[in-house]
Amino acid sequence: MTFKFEIEGGNFSKAGNASSAVKKILKQINVPPAIIKRLVVALYEGEVNVVAHARKGWIKVVIEPEEIFVNIEDEGPGIPNIELAMQEGYSTASQKVREMGFGAGMGLPNMKKNADLLNITSQVGKGTNVEIIIFLNQSHK
Amino acid sequence: MKINELVNILEGRVVCGEQFLDREIEYGFASDLMSDVLTLDIDKLVLITGLNNLQTIRTAEMADIECIVFARNKRIHPSMVELAAEHQMVLVECRFSMFKAVARLSAAGLKPVY
Repeated sequence: MTFKFEIEGGNFSKAGNASSAVKKILKQINVPPAIIKRLVVALYEGEVNVVAHARKGWIKVVIEPEEIFVNIEDEGPGIPNIELAMQEGYSTASQKVREMGFGAGMGLPNMKKNADLLNITSQVGKGTNVEIIIFLNQSHK
Repeated sequence: MKINELVNILEGRVVCGEQFLDREIEYGFASDLMSDVLTLDIDKLVLITGLNNLQTIRTAEMADIECIVFARNKRIHPSMVELAAEHQMVLVECRFSMFKAVARLSAAGLKPVY
């Protein structure tokens, strides 16, 4: 099963709509609650990042018997130094983003914590691509 | 404690989820930083915050938090109520500072997450 969503950069009133829809789908197909939580927290952090930093973005969620694959792709400024961005506390978020309760440099580390596999690639001036995999059978981890 | 008891302790006003006041709450976490809230992995938790926007409700939804207290007399907007109701959350307005709200709940036996 594959699901796709569009994300509007800068629109905080809609931030989380895609993650919420994914959560509903995962509940409906009886994915264990602990796995749902890890996936939606990682996805929501990613969705908020797109809203906070990019012009627009896309989320693709592929549910397979063994794993859930998430791709978050955006058109935006990109990340010049991914290693630095992965450090807890490092942030380039605007004041507006901070007022929404984010932008403390916790997003990417939190995504890493919740994902079984996380891969981030980015081109400055073009955009960022995030891949998340969570195994449904945790013995595959 | 039950949410009903929490509301009494805080002299709070229930704005959403009146029908869920007999739910049990065991832990409390106070933060205005939603990314910190998203790091938690614990059930039966009440979030005490002063951040009154839609992302507070979204964050609670993702973190499976069923009760939010808005301290510092922050008002809960209708769009927040609409989203919270969809996810069967209890929203409580409280005129106390976050410090006072947390102190009262702690004295009443609510446990910290860490």
